[in-house]
Amino acid sequence: MQFKSQAAAKPYFVAAIGLFVGQILFGLIMGLQYVVGDFLFPAIPFNVARMVHTNLLIVWLLFGFMGGAYYLVPEESETELYSPKLARAMFWVFLVAGALTILSYLAMPYARLAELSGNNIVQTMGREFLEQPLPTKAGIVVVALAFLFNITMTVLRGRKTAISSILLLGLWGLAIFFLFSFYNPSNLVLDKYYWWWVVHLWVEGVWELILGALLAFVLIKVTGVDREVIEKWLYVIITLTLITGIVGTGHHYYWIGTPEYWQWWGSVFSALEPIPFFAMTVFAFNMVNRRRREHPNRAATLWALGTGVMSFLGAGIWGFLHTLAPVNYYTHGTQITAAHGHMAFYGAYVMVVLTIISYAMPILRGRPCNSPRAQVVEMWSFWLMTISMVFITLFLTAAGILQVWLQRVSDTPLPFMVVQEKIGLFYWMREWTGVVFLVGLVVYVASFFIKGDERPA
Amino acid sequence: MSETFTKSMARNIFYGGTVFFFLLFLALTFDTQSVLPKRDNRAAITPAVVHGKNLWETNDCIGCHTLLGEGAYFAPELGNVYKRRGPDFIKAWIKAQPTHAEGRRQMPQFNFSDSDLDDLVAFLKYASEINTNHWPPNDEG
Repeated sequence: MQFKSQAAAKPYFVAAIGLFVGQILFGLIMGLQYVVGDFLFPAIPFNVARMVHTNLLIVWLLFGFMGGAYYLVPEESETELYSPKLARAMFWVFLVAGALTILSYLAMPYARLAELSGNNIVQTMGREFLEQPLPTKAGIVVVALAFLFNITMTVLRGRKTAISSILLLGLWGLAIFFLFSFYNPSNLVLDKYYWWWVVHLWVEGVWELILGALLAFVLIKVTGVDREVIEKWLYVIITLTLITGIVGTGHHYYWIGTPEYWQWWGSVFSALEPIPFFAMTVFAFNMVNRRRREHPNRAATLWALGTGVMSFLGAGIWGFLHTLAPVNYYTHGTQITAAHGHMAFYGAYVMVVLTIISYAMPILRGRPCNSPRAQVVEMWSFWLMTISMVFITLFLTAAGILQVWLQRVSDTPLPFMVVQEKIGLFYWMREWTGVVFLVGLVVYVASFFIKGDERPA
Repeated sequence: MSETFTKSMARNIFYGGTVFFFLLFLALTFDTQSVLPKRDNRAAITPAVVHGKNLWETNDCIGCHTLLGEGAYFAPELGNVYKRRGPDFIKAWIKAQPTHAEGRRQMPQFNFSDSDLDDLVAFLKYASEINTNHWPPNDEG
């Protein structure tokens, strides 16, 4: 570790992994409820399990981003973190607020939580992914501002690099677009229109800046390729990301009451969205091929390459699959969307957080890399989780194609629930593949406890 | 990439391109806002609809159902349920939950009053009359 204050990242990474485990457990509960409808009912209804699943994902990725920033920024800026104390305090605030939120979802009916948490003061709850009660939403803003203050002051004090500027831009964008979660008009169309300013402009906008910065940082470290080259690539990739992704928001504006012209804007721009992901894949492989050193942390390199490939497949290809308006007319709001969501989130954001953790965690624990034995176990977990996610996506896609056909294309369309029963086999296969994913995750956690000789074989 | 294309050129294209396309997006948003009154059925937003939307949200209906195709994919689309089932069926259905049919997906009992149910139906009726460019493809949603 070059700077003592980089240690601030460690608890963030530990919390991220812990919450990741929780997210997957609730994913398995939901997956089972798809085929055994009354499983855990009424203790944990599906909507509660789903809230926990998606909110845990968001929270642990935010922990990962913040941890990544606390590790990366001092090293890029060549100075200690502005305030390690503030970083530690905010960690506990965020963890306690997050845990209380999840527990409150599980402890009482959602309507009761809305009543207790002051939802009638500012009505923000009950919209997909933004289910958090008002105090949690306010807490997120406070934590984000304190975090941004800390990171920004550090960057201002030290060396300014392209990587740290882009990371900072992404993180500020994250905080600013979250403010739209407080805007919830009675007009459903406007509500949905600006809801996407949080959801889409996060995952297909500013989060990709964070992703690019984290990936570029790790690639510089593990390949030793000249910073000028890597940062130039980074600018090109994020340029492509934002010029396609911002107007690409239009692919959500086909059927929610917004004007027809969005079908053109959305289709054309979002059809280009795979290009930056393809560039990222080429970038990752190109840099590793041109490497000037053999970094002993091979697991981190594997995660970095995996991020490139899987984000291209999940966000790029599976996104393109249903983004053109005439296709989306039939696939909108089906298991096709779920298939895309799973692989895109895993390939882009889960994997980039695991990349930075894989690179930074050994150093935070006082060694340049883990023992070859621990790395082999970690790489096993990479393959188990990645391959099972590919199959989860394929099974959901199969379910989605059948659903679209039976419910929407066929001359004699069948009711939703009838179709759901007909495609149950694919939900079962998805659930078992989900169990394999959990095994992979257990192996991943286990890799942190494997000792052995630290020097590479 | 060639030596003539420098990092600072890449950076300038990034900032210039981002600002340009964000402004384009804002312009389209501005136009959308001005066209929406003709499409979004805002004249139908009564106090009952407002309360219905609040009930929709505070019971996390979106956690199982889709509304205009957005939400969870566990239970039927409700953007057009008013057309598919009609008001009486919707109210009777919500009151009858859960079915406790073994192995079947279950919907919780939300203990709505009769006026709550009327407001919820008013909200679903309003939603069903938004101009969605003919989506969904048929009544099954």
